[in-house]
Amino acid sequence: MTMKQTPSQTVGPYFAYGLTAEQYGYPFTAIAGGKVADELCTGDRIHVTGRVFDGNGDPIDDAMIEIWQADSEGRYLHPEDGRSSNSVFTGYGRYGTGTDPQNRFLFETVKPGSVDGVQAPHINVILFMRGQLSHLYTRIYFSDEVEANAKDPVLDTVPEARRETLVARREDMPIGVVYHFDIHMQGEKETVFFDL
Amino acid sequence: MTAAGYRMRDWEAHPPLLFPDYKSTVLRAPTKPLVPLKHTLSELTGPVYGHERVGPLDADLTKNGAKNGEPLGERIVVTGRVLDEDGRPVRNTLVEVWQANAAGRYIHKVDQHLAPLDPNFFGGGRCVTDDDGRYRFYTIKPGAYPWGNHHNAWRPNHIHFSLLGPSIATRLVTQMYFPGDPLLDLDPIYLSSPAGARERLISDFSIDVTEPGFALGYIFDIVLRGRYETPMETPK
Ligand SMILES: [Fe+2]
Repeated sequence: MTMKQTPSQTVGPYFAYGLTAEQYGYPFTAIAGGKVADELCTGDRIHVTGRVFDGNGDPIDDAMIEIWQADSEGRYLHPEDGRSSNSVFTGYGRYGTGTDPQNRFLFETVKPGSVDGVQAPHINVILFMRGQLSHLYTRIYFSDEVEANAKDPVLDTVPEARRETLVARREDMPIGVVYHFDIHMQGEKETVFFDL
Repeated sequence: MTAAGYRMRDWEAHPPLLFPDYKSTVLRAPTKPLVPLKHTLSELTGPVYGHERVGPLDADLTKNGAKNGEPLGERIVVTGRVLDEDGRPVRNTLVEVWQANAAGRYIHKVDQHLAPLDPNFFGGGRCVTDDDGRYRFYTIKPGAYPWGNHHNAWRPNHIHFSLLGPSIATRLVTQMYFPGDPLLDLDPIYLSSPAGARERLISDFSIDVTEPGFALGYIFDIVLRGRYETPMETPK
């Protein structure tokens, strides 16, 4: 090891036109948005939505949520995995909380399969916001995967009383299956964040 | 067994989550310790974006927002290498930037700073590193701007950078500063990174990168997390 890591700095309040331009209506393309899977992707179509709350319980309107997930077969589009690269599913999404009137993030995707054949289905989350100097990682698990969640080796490392903060609640709505996942920065329901 | 994981985040380099001098951290920093996560395939992978996603003007901020002329301000070249902790180039990785214009104004709708927008400057760009891990942008030197953190608070001139690297573990969002800026030692965001590390956020002026009669040159190298040599166990 010869080089030292470049320090992180906050994404600040003005990331939208650089990182999520299309969502916010700026004249620049974005490499990823809220629509992670289109009609050509195989798997169960789901919506994942929620808000990010600060220590006062107020929704944060300048956070950016990134998701990274496996496809419905549990495979990542990445050389480390080896999933065929002709899949149309990238597994990567980005959404800022500043455009929805309720400050929700809104992803349309497919439900990921079990990764490694060991881990319960989950979505990896990277969180950025003004007032955050280094990004945070968390994971979204699914409330209808009770058995798989009980055997998941990562959930197993989380204190039992806090595991609930990582499980998105399923609701069957007219638009389809919606998973609700709120992120609490502080307070009784403070979300588990990982050092990875 | 799975492949070797990435080295941990170096908390002697990165700012703490709670840094009260930067007031907004107080209600936004988690109060409980982070839970360690041994890397699995989920952390060893990450979004891959290559040249096919980058348009021809994306790396030239002096042109990609031009409507009827050239943007105002001091034209600069910003270049550098993206490396891992072992000094190996991080190839074919996406580098995204965004910044204020020469007057210190962002095009973002919530920026209310009373400085003019420049009709010929947008302020966002991106490029992909080459085989040496090198990136290169043409842009305008961003102006300083005031913010509400404390009385008479001004951000030093800076360019925001976002990097993907090969996995979600190497993700990095940071800011590049300019040498000799008197606002640096007054800026809680810059000062949030420990002394001895934060200096790595300051670019170097380079007469070799400077293009005669055209643009001043700055070098900003970026080091992402490297990888352990030995494979480790998948958590069971
Ligand atoms: Fe800024």
